[in-house]
Amino acid sequence: MKILVGIKRVVDFSVRVQVKKDGSGVNTDGVKLGINPFDEIALEEALRIRERGTQAEVVAVSIGPAEVQPQLRTALAMGADRAILVETGEVLQPLMVARVFHELVKRENADLVILGKQAIDDDSNQTGQMLAALWDRPQATFASKVELKDKTLMVTREVDAGLETIEIDLPAVITTDLRLNTPRFVKMPDIMKARSKPLQVLKLEELGVTAAPKLEVTSYAPPPQRVGGKKVEDVTALVATLRQRGIL
Amino acid sequence: MRTRPQISQNIASIARVRVGARGAENPVKSLNSLDLYDVRGLLTEDEQMVQDSVARFVDGKVLPIIGECFEQARFPKELIPEIASLGLLGSSIQGYGCAGLNGVAYGLICQELERGDSGLRSLVSVQSSLVMYPIFTYGSEEQKQRWLPAMARGDAIGCFGLTEPHGGSDPSNMKTVAKKKGSDWVLNGAKMWITNGSIADVAVVWANTDDGVHGFLVEQGMQGFDTPEVHHKMSLRASVTSALYFDNVHVPEANVLPKVKGLKGPLSCLTQARYGISWGVIGAAQACLKDVLGYTQTRELFNRPLNHNQAVQLRLAEMARQITLAQLLSLRLGRLKDQGEMQPAQVSLAKWNNVRMAINIARDARDLLGGAGITTEFCPIRHALNLESVITYEGTETVHQLVIGKEITGVDAF
Repeated sequence: MKILVGIKRVVDFSVRVQVKKDGSGVNTDGVKLGINPFDEIALEEALRIRERGTQAEVVAVSIGPAEVQPQLRTALAMGADRAILVETGEVLQPLMVARVFHELVKRENADLVILGKQAIDDDSNQTGQMLAALWDRPQATFASKVELKDKTLMVTREVDAGLETIEIDLPAVITTDLRLNTPRFVKMPDIMKARSKPLQVLKLEELGVTAAPKLEVTSYAPPPQRVGGKKVEDVTALVATLRQRGIL
Repeated sequence: MRTRPQISQNIASIARVRVGARGAENPVKSLNSLDLYDVRGLLTEDEQMVQDSVARFVDGKVLPIIGECFEQARFPKELIPEIASLGLLGSSIQGYGCAGLNGVAYGLICQELERGDSGLRSLVSVQSSLVMYPIFTYGSEEQKQRWLPAMARGDAIGCFGLTEPHGGSDPSNMKTVAKKKGSDWVLNGAKMWITNGSIADVAVVWANTDDGVHGFLVEQGMQGFDTPEVHHKMSLRASVTSALYFDNVHVPEANVLPKVKGLKGPLSCLTQARYGISWGVIGAAQACLKDVLGYTQTRELFNRPLNHNQAVQLRLAEMARQITLAQLLSLRLGRLKDQGEMQPAQVSLAKWNNVRMAINIARDARDLLGGAGITTEFCPIRHALNLESVITYEGTETVHQLVIGKEITGVDAF
């Protein structure tokens, strides 16, 4: 089988994000960038499916400028068999990313696409769902456990009420939740091996996908500074305060 | 009092003009406080990947436990399998199950490990530079086959015996002797301050013979070979330090390193290890600066955060300056090493400069933390104590200064 995994470059999870003064975006100067943590989980799961004995080719896919190649190399060093970079300078939005994946799924004849449930930069949480709709195939979002049985997948999902296990047929789309697995560390010899693994570069236009952004970002703002709580003397004052704030 | 606001306004307006003038083609960027010159930007993609991978291991597996290990004087042996599986043991060696990384990558491994703890970096330094390196460089094919893959997997641990109880700075006065007896060699003498000694499966021991200094692979369990651990250490507490005693230890001829004779053998190993140390201590210094940047930002004294004081900022700026210089020194040294141009005197300069830099930063960071700086909650006191060993071992500061003195005057003053 063939598994496509999405790899998005984001500001590293350990960095405290700063909004640019003019509100036009987030400051990425001199800031460490890395793979979206949910995407690492997606890759790890693909590698584990392969390591559990299923004949599988794992293809890491990223969309963006040439500068995202290091993240794809990291994916190759983690164990992906090859990588595809869909090169574009356009701003990425979920529907466009889903369309790119849909085109790649058709070209590659993929059996499974594993994506992070969301990216930690824009928190969109839409791409996997949109891809499943475009592809007209089943989706299992927020996966915390994945079992492959022949041509079906048993997927445990983290939902509001607890855990839900569903069975879906391949081909399908999975999006990963935090507790699905712990991604492996990249091993030194594998960094050397990753150099010789194929990394194919396609232009966005080659896939016949146009950017055509549907969403317009008007401004970015940091969350308001937290203000400390307030102590009241007694229950009467508490009730009065709650009334005053319109809570009671 | 009246003139003050005037002056500061003037300075502010000058600053604005400058920023504006630069703004057009050289926009002001915010810098990484721990890497002001973006030395990371000088690394290749592979080297960055090496650094990221080890950094993540240290963040995830080392930092959560290392303070307690230090406090309990416990060597975190449980980390060895993971360190090995990451490929950090003998990472520069080509073949024999090793990664074959370049010298800069090895330096970055040391830097990230020592950001965790000097003891952990010492383990990797000793295994890689002081044991696997001489076996790879001076060993027979059988010795390489027997030891290198096992040591890369972490199944075998090594130690290095050069320093003796009477002193370490004068290795030519070596009292450990090996005498030929039949087909064996018989070793007598003692080695001191040996990292990994008690947990080692094999010791590379340097001993005097009638034919000059030779290297011997002494194996754990050989009769008359004893490796008691040194206790009551106030430094490198998360690392094993031992003495090695040889009482008529019979070592077969097959365990002699065949391709080297004389002190250049052990000294060439030290050059490798010192190179790694010059990188490693940058990590320790960065860890201290990171802790103290955070602390002085939140700790309030006299109704303002500590870092609002000029006196504090001067000290933080000095730390950043020293770290930057050390980074550039080590990177240049690494590039020379990878071109096959690195000279021992250059390594001495880097070891001297960088360890001095790190110990000064660790001590000053400890001081800036006030009372909070005396527990293992913050890393500077642990690093400061560890660096007391690091500034002593692998050539004391004085030894390195004399190496430089000899290099620039041509006079040997040892």
